[in-house]
Amino acid sequence: MKNKVVVIDYGMGNLHSVGKALEHVGENISLTITSDAQQILEADRLVFPGVGAMRDCMAEIKRLDIDKLLYQVRQEKPILGICVGMQAMMSFSEENEGVDCIGLFQGEVKQFQENQIGDDGELLKVPHMGWNEVKHTVDHEMWHGIENNSRFYFVHSFYVKPDTGSEHSATIVGESNYPFPFCSALAADNIFAVQFHPEKSQDVGLQLLKNFLIWDGRQ
Amino acid sequence: MSLAKRIIPCLDCENGRVVKGVKFVDIRDAGDPVEVSKRYCDQGADEITFLDITASSDDRETTVHTVEAIASQVFIPLTVGGGIRTIDDIRMMLRAGADKVAINTSAVLSPEFVREAAQKFGSQCIVVAIDAKQVSSEDEALRWEIFTHGGRKATGLVAVDWAKRMVAYGAGEILLTSMDRDGTKNGFDLALNRAISEAVSVPVIASGGVGNLQHLVDGIVEGKVDAVLAASIFHFGEYSIPQAKEYMASKGIEVR
Repeated sequence: MKNKVVVIDYGMGNLHSVGKALEHVGENISLTITSDAQQILEADRLVFPGVGAMRDCMAEIKRLDIDKLLYQVRQEKPILGICVGMQAMMSFSEENEGVDCIGLFQGEVKQFQENQIGDDGELLKVPHMGWNEVKHTVDHEMWHGIENNSRFYFVHSFYVKPDTGSEHSATIVGESNYPFPFCSALAADNIFAVQFHPEKSQDVGLQLLKNFLIWDGRQ
Repeated sequence: MSLAKRIIPCLDCENGRVVKGVKFVDIRDAGDPVEVSKRYCDQGADEITFLDITASSDDRETTVHTVEAIASQVFIPLTVGGGIRTIDDIRMMLRAGADKVAINTSAVLSPEFVREAAQKFGSQCIVVAIDAKQVSSEDEALRWEIFTHGGRKATGLVAVDWAKRMVAYGAGEILLTSMDRDGTKNGFDLALNRAISEAVSVPVIASGGVGNLQHLVDGIVEGKVDAVLAASIFHFGEYSIPQAKEYMASKGIEVR
């Protein structure tokens, strides 16, 4: 039996990178990049990437009923959210004068303020672009084989601030600094979501994707 | 610890081959951009920039295939520049596996193109490449202007103003080349880099003039840039990427 991996395509940006990286690390996988409901329902695991502006992303997600599909399968199979995919899982984003998101998790997506000063006294640029450390705040199967505080590649101007006290809350499993600590990975049930781009993070990123391909969806 | 400063080797390619020469002793084909990219990636390069200098647009297909081949083997960010003129050009490169495109002449010819591109694909993948030359004389305050066509054609645009405008239009990053320093090995134009980097909110990549490892350090410390791009010092094996990182780290710069 092939490991059926679907990368959810809602028309936003470059999904080929993540597809290529999965094919590179995956043994015996069948990879499909699609928005087709049937294929999403039949997949063994789902990757939910995303780039671009939240308003456009959410418009497409809703038009294609991807939000409903995610609610439907959220307990059934491992799901990996990447970058804007992770952000879209939250309840609300400040981007584009405020956008209601899918709401799998309680919490907001906030913008990095410009003119922040880093530890070294230097002005911090936005987008937060480049290789930053990810601290494992929780031991998780998805971190297997990845050293704590390894650097992953980020490119984003907004970050996720999960509301961890509520009923539908996710656990912060990874944290980075810019200049304050922000949530760079979160998890709940079958879902693992990251702000960085594993498909662009060389060995550590490929290891995370490898882990995802064998993850059974539990911690 | 926080965000690392990036080192970006740059490959100039013509008709699918690396030009300006690469002299690694232990790779099979030093002209093959895929092999060269892989090599840099294995050495710990933080990104790869691929500049297509193919003169005729008929050969774009070769470039697309090359980008596809690099992207299927190199899992770090890849920027593709050279001849990006239309929204379709951008779409084609992103589809081929580029993560960002660098827009230069087309931005000068039509600034709205940058706005449209950023709206369509997101600022994170739109790099505006700026070629600047000092135009002030010695007794004047420093001033740089934008040049196109490899530095031959003056535009009259003031570099700092232009960079700010491009960021306002949606550029997510600035790739800044000093035409005065390019190819000289005398180091980056630090005053230029600092002026632009302090004027814009987005990351700036310094380019043009690197001859030794101290130049990389100077670019970051004095030029205030977020990333340094170099070609020949790496291509000819004068320095390796690990050596560059070690040296930068020894000067207190955070590297991966």
